[in-house]
Amino acid sequence: MIVKEFRELRRDRRTMGMLIGLPLLLLVIFGYAANFTVSSVSTVVVGPSAEAVSAQLPEFFDVVEVDAAGDRQAGVDDLRDNRADAALVTGGSGTPLLLADGSSLFTAQATVAAANGAGNALDVEVLFNPDLKTSWVMVPGLIGLIMAFIGTIVTSLGLVRERQDGTLEQLAVMPFRPSDVIVGKIAPYFVLAYVDMVAVTVLGALLFGVPFAGSVLLFGIGAAIFLLVVLGLGVLISTISQTQGQAIQTAMFFVMPQILLSGMIFPLASMPWGVRWIGYGLPLTYFIEISQGILLRGAGLGSLWISFLVLAAMAVVVLGGAVLRFRRDLAPSLDTDVTGESAATR
Amino acid sequence: MRFGVTDIHHEFGDVRALRGVDLDVPAGSVVAVVGGDGAGKTTLLRCLVGRYAPSSGTVRRPSSELIGYMPSTSGTWRDLTVDENIDFIASAYSMTSSDRDRRRADLLDHAGLSGTADRLARDLSGGMRQKLGFVLAMLHEPELLVLDEPSTGVDPVSRVELWRLIAEAAAAGMAVTMATTYLDEAERASSVTVLDRGRAIAVGTRDEVMGSFPGSITAPEQPSVPARSWRRGRSVREWHPTSHGPTEPTSNGPALEPAELDFEDVVIARLLDDRNIDETDGST
Repeated sequence: MIVKEFRELRRDRRTMGMLIGLPLLLLVIFGYAANFTVSSVSTVVVGPSAEAVSAQLPEFFDVVEVDAAGDRQAGVDDLRDNRADAALVTGGSGTPLLLADGSSLFTAQATVAAANGAGNALDVEVLFNPDLKTSWVMVPGLIGLIMAFIGTIVTSLGLVRERQDGTLEQLAVMPFRPSDVIVGKIAPYFVLAYVDMVAVTVLGALLFGVPFAGSVLLFGIGAAIFLLVVLGLGVLISTISQTQGQAIQTAMFFVMPQILLSGMIFPLASMPWGVRWIGYGLPLTYFIEISQGILLRGAGLGSLWISFLVLAAMAVVVLGGAVLRFRRDLAPSLDTDVTGESAATR
Repeated sequence: MRFGVTDIHHEFGDVRALRGVDLDVPAGSVVAVVGGDGAGKTTLLRCLVGRYAPSSGTVRRPSSELIGYMPSTSGTWRDLTVDENIDFIASAYSMTSSDRDRRRADLLDHAGLSGTADRLARDLSGGMRQKLGFVLAMLHEPELLVLDEPSTGVDPVSRVELWRLIAEAAAAGMAVTMATTYLDEAERASSVTVLDRGRAIAVGTRDEVMGSFPGSITAPEQPSVPARSWRRGRSVREWHPTSHGPTEPTSNGPALEPAELDFEDVVIARLLDDRNIDETDGST
């Protein structure tokens, strides 16, 4: 019995992958990435005394810009557009005001702590999440996570069930174009995930008071693009899975890193580059940038365009590749090099 | 109208699944494709319906709107009711609602599924699900009906009912071809193609396959040539390729009169012969 089990395990590559890959992944993530400590915050210093004050700031404040002509609004704009984590507004004679970006929870907490450590030298104001509520930061991430779950796991299960039951073969022979089958299979999950996204956003506002400071339209477009990426992952997983068990196993490899390395739980800035680059390869990272930016900070396309662009590129590559693979499953003849007389007489 | 394939070959990597197979499926007839596991039956049918493109050869089939296909898994959607399965197929083939309702009533009645309209396909018995799969393949009145082992795993009573439905489809003018591992079913078909390891080793009507059979078959107590012997129920059969009369006495027993030939024995002998030839070829 034991020998049989080992033999089966040896041939079950996915389970072996989980047995070997998952502990390594967890070790790397919790060893390097699971770090709530923020060692420095990027800071802009504005106002008439910007030069003088920036020279006296502790090393914790990593000054990225000094603008003597800037005012409080310039500092707020810098935080809203995510150009810095903190903005120090200097006046002519009063106490400088340190603005912290509450949408980056741990960074803001560290900023407040550092400012308080400086005695009464700085006044502190937290923007976008004044009470530093965890729920305000988590809900925008959860919206993405729920869409990733439905898009990746549920979609792949739906497609694999068709293969497992033998009905995919039936569909392939019926008078459908491959695109009909693909759209017909994906559209319901797109709608369901979108409805879930709206429900979580509304419930987040009603139950936790999460604000919606930015454009609803822009958020809707961002969610749709992100959904296309995760649906593409779901389709891709279905093309390499014969059973629903295999699909779940494979989907776990895609979903788990997104939970842990997208910045939803652990701040990306606190991760060493060796791990952080993985986060930058994950679609949820960019959706969280978009959702936190729009919901909490009221950011616009002007500051979020890179995230939109990266997600759009991912959608084209992932969904395009997945559809091509799925299409090959449905109509293998399209990819077969037919020679000789082989042809259907119609 | 005659559908079918001519001299088709198909490979999966290094495995030659079909090696120059012909299949002729005239309208109004049932053509059985028989063979053991891995003989190439499913691959042949998939090439015929367009699921696979053969690497060479010619396929004659109608457009996909005029093909009815039942895969070996019955091709039913388990989480849909019987009626919902029918509705989906009817809409896929652009049937009018009156045609759909007429065919639904007629086919469900003939298949003995009249009282199951609201039952989920997953809650049907194996035989009922196979019959539903047949109803779905037949619903749009195709010109070519292709059935992949429709009766495998089905109880004997449901097998009889399925065969009746198949015969009625042919009588209605459809060209029907079916893969089966049951030789008694194949015997009832208009013609039979016996496949073994991707090759057609016997083709024709039941009588043609029987008539072209070389030698005789006996029912000895003990087989004298194990490679040409097989068990049939409680008795043993042995094929003598060159003998037509009584056999010579052997150390295993006395001379034997030939047994009466039947289709199952003939097909088994053909399959054994094909394998023996390959083994002999391989050893030289």
